Amino acid sequence: MAKAKSRDIRQGRLDPAQYLENFSDLHAPLGQHEATVEADRCYFCYDAPCMNACPTAIDIPLFIRQISTGNPKGAAQTILDQNIMGGMCARVCPTETLCEEVCVREVAEGKPVRIGLLQRFATDTLLAANPAHPFKRAPATGKRVAVIGAGPAGLSCAHRLAMHGHEVTIYEARAKSGGLNEHGIAAYKSTDDFAAREVAFILDIGGITIAQGQALGKDISIDQLSSEFDAVFVGMGLPGVHALGLQGDHADGCIDAVEYIETLRQSDDKSNLPVGRNVVVIGGGMTAIDVATQVKLLGAENVTICYRRGPEQMNASDYEQEVAQTHGVAIRHWLQPRKILTDANAVTGIELEYTAQNGTLTGTGEALTLAADQIFKAIGQSFDAGPLEGTGIDLDQGRIIVDENQKTSRDGVWAGGDCISGDEDLTVVAVEHGKLAAEDIHKTLMG
Amino acid sequence: MANLASNFLGIKSPNPFWLASAPPTDKEYNVERAFQAGWGGVVWKTLGEAGPPVVNVNGPRYGAIWGADRRLLGLNNIELITDRDLEINLQEIKAIKKRWPDRAVIVSLMVPCEEEPWKKILKRVEETEADGVELNFGCPHGMSERGMGAAVGQVPDYIEMVARWCKQHTRMPVIVKLTPNITDVRYPARAAKAGGADAVSLINTVSSITSVNLDSFSPEPSIDGKGSHGGYCGPAVKPIALNMVAEIARDAETAGMPISGIGGITTWRDAAEFMALGCGNVQVCTAAMTYGFKIVEEMIEGLSNWMDDKGHADLDAIIGRAVPNVTDWQYLNLNYVTKAKIDQDACIQCGRCHIACEDTSHQAITNMVDGLRKFEVIDAECVGCNLCVNVCPVENCITMEQISGTDPRTGKSAELPYSNWTEHPNNPSATKTAAE
Ligand SMILES: Cc1cc2nc3c(=O)[nH]c(=O)nc-3n(C[C@H](O)[C@H](O)[C@H](O)COP(=O)(O)OP(=O)(O)OC[C@H]3O[C@@H](n4cnc5c(N)ncnc54)[C@H](O)[C@@H]3O)c2cc1C
Ligand SMILES: Cc1cc2nc3c(=O)[nH]c(=O)nc-3n(C[C@H](O)[C@H](O)[C@H](O)COP(=O)(O)O)c2cc1C
Ligand code: SF4
Repeated sequence: MAKAKSRDIRQGRLDPAQYLENFSDLHAPLGQHEATVEADRCYFCYDAPCMNACPTAIDIPLFIRQISTGNPKGAAQTILDQNIMGGMCARVCPTETLCEEVCVREVAEGKPVRIGLLQRFATDTLLAANPAHPFKRAPATGKRVAVIGAGPAGLSCAHRLAMHGHEVTIYEARAKSGGLNEHGIAAYKSTDDFAAREVAFILDIGGITIAQGQALGKDISIDQLSSEFDAVFVGMGLPGVHALGLQGDHADGCIDAVEYIETLRQSDDKSNLPVGRNVVVIGGGMTAIDVATQVKLLGAENVTICYRRGPEQMNASDYEQEVAQTHGVAIRHWLQPRKILTDANAVTGIELEYTAQNGTLTGTGEALTLAADQIFKAIGQSFDAGPLEGTGIDLDQGRIIVDENQKTSRDGVWAGGDCISGDEDLTVVAVEHGKLAAEDIHKTLMG
Repeated sequence: MANLASNFLGIKSPNPFWLASAPPTDKEYNVERAFQAGWGGVVWKTLGEAGPPVVNVNGPRYGAIWGADRRLLGLNNIELITDRDLEINLQEIKAIKKRWPDRAVIVSLMVPCEEEPWKKILKRVEETEADGVELNFGCPHGMSERGMGAAVGQVPDYIEMVARWCKQHTRMPVIVKLTPNITDVRYPARAAKAGGADAVSLINTVSSITSVNLDSFSPEPSIDGKGSHGGYCGPAVKPIALNMVAEIARDAETAGMPISGIGGITTWRDAAEFMALGCGNVQVCTAAMTYGFKIVEEMIEGLSNWMDDKGHADLDAIIGRAVPNVTDWQYLNLNYVTKAKIDQDACIQCGRCHIACEDTSHQAITNMVDGLRKFEVIDAECVGCNLCVNVCPVENCITMEQISGTDPRTGKSAELPYSNWTEHPNNPSATKTAAE
């Protein structure tokens, strides 16, 4: 192999002003007039397909009608009734595979009503008005519930429990709440510190305490919480990441995508982030798309996503793939990593092998080498089952098993969000789990 | 190319599209631009008698109703007749007519309900060589409080009297403009005819309040916290105007009297419909005020293309063609049986037909078939009302189809010959029992 040219990893590839532009809203919010026009497009369908497609079952036709009658705050209330993170979901939901996919106008003309943007218009209008918290707490029940993780699942569960009059303590390992809303979602989806503002809005209901920097398995245990509280909800997401399992996995420049995104989300000055000239991303999900797009926006010259299967099998939707592509990211399919090329334990490139689907996925033997200053691993996250060992909480393929009410196999313990098995890893799904669990906890405690 | 040349009361214009008496025709400047754009004629903004002109409010004078995308559907105004000096208006009319001899220039008039003022102003108008006059008996606000406009138009005797004076004192054709703010438009039309008027034009604006400001509780448009009713016009009033035109066209007493159609005309189609119901020409106000004078290009082109497609050589071939088909309810064929039919390929499954029929009508549309979302008409329940067609967002997705054989709803034959209410057994005053 020819000796690699010197690696090119730098900070500040762009003009300072360019960073601000690149990390502003991916979709500009709708103005008043645009919202009215868009709301007019809704047919107010009977038994609306969009509503059935929303994991939190927001009454979409109703809230859109409220917007069209000049009542955006009423619209926001309709949204928040079902989904307390309606504001974040409006920004991050892959609507193209949820509500907007089944909009009858998508069927009719390929142009769905832009439900996500309307939802954002309504919730933004409400939040901008800085109102008193729109939900009242029921009289105190005297019951106390512990929630593990202040991500979408945990916060949604806590809010609903507080509403029913229970006292909630959230144990959160990190210094900041919000989970992946705060640390994972692409920066251009959650601008202006929205994740933190939304957390503050949710906590405004009262009755929720967050114990920051308290990790299950380290500072607290299930047994301890079970004895101190009337119920426990586990919403700890997927703290682990999969490794490539190749030599060089730990070389300088071989980076865990989720960790990098977290740093990116937490840095106020994006010009401080080191970015390579040539970047390769391994993976096919939302994380791969997000890291590739954001690295491109940080000034990388060539960014290539390599995925071992075809476009249809990608977890990222067509729309997400398009977002990456329009930002100049190349997506290559049927390629799996074979060898990380290093020089003095620093990444210089990657050797990939073409794959084919013959019953199972197999390498064809044919290889391809790409120069890379950075390689991002985005091949999925994993649950950290350590803290649950010996607790009687059953797992399936490394994730928690729950029933239709989010109840685990251990009495008094419920779970939801990414850490459970058998549902999609989406913010909106996590919110729904938290809500369902809260309702079931409430029923159990008060029954 | 169809011949669009229009001859209304002997007044010739290259096409039947006139601008109605209103702000678009209030000044030489506007009318010059209108003729350059291609309008066939104008009815000059209503003139009052000599002396200090009327004054308008200095606050907003329009209110409005909008549809999707803020498309203007209805406009309401509290403007009065021209607030410019009579002499200046007359000079400008004369100059315009001289420059545009092939276009129709009609002068709208409104003076107190006495013979002398009418006599005086008619002489002055004649000096301009305008082609005719239109008597504004329609304005529903402001002027009516002073005993003019709709105050005259609501009393058939006054209409007849003023029309007679005007016919006596001028050689010019006299058009009487009618107000819709009456209960039966045939009476004022008959009065105009009895007074010798050459034609009627209708409708003027409909008395209206468009909206109430929910902060100040003032009607809109609000003048210093108060509002007054205005005159409503634009697309929203077209159905009202069409009916009034048809009533006059098929009334035995006024049948054949020339009509100039006004009210919500926005496209060539609207114009063609008015003419089919008996109008010799049409007048437009709100559409021009919304989009500018250029819309006449679409009107001319569209009418001409349609006439070519249908083989109508000239306007006489379409004027009044729909009049014989306007009848009384009692003569409608009760043996004509239709059912709604949903084109499943066109259906986008919004379900609006279902919920409309289910909640408010006859429970004749499914929402589920074999466990799947599907909207199908249940013929045994459908009364053929057409509601579903009208609420369906997809054009031609639901159609009303005449059926043959037996009507599954009534169990009766759907192929019986024409029979109407006058012959129906349920009608206490039926002339004979329906054949069955
Ligand atoms: C890069 C990336 C982009 C994404 N983009 C989108 C998107 O655009 N749209 C979308 O819908 N979804 C997206 N997702 C998925 C979405 O973020 C998750 O599905 C959602 O956040 C799951 O919520 P959760 O509450 O289950 O978990 P998390 O958001 O992960 O929250 C879990 C919380 O628990 C805390 N925690 C973890 N372990 C412990 C412990 N031992 N003790 C105490 N606390 C603990 C964590 O610090 C965290 O705050 C994305 C995910 C990633 C990784
Ligand atoms: C602002 C305004 C002022 C009007 N002024 C007069 C008028 O002075 N004389 C008159 O006969 N009609 C007047 N009209 C009525 C119009 O000529 C016309 O009859 C009515 O607007 C209906 O037509 P449309 O729907 O095309 O606007 C006025 C209408 C408007 C909107
Ligand atoms: S025509 Fe009327 S009764 Fe028949 S299906 Fe449609 S809405 Fe129902």
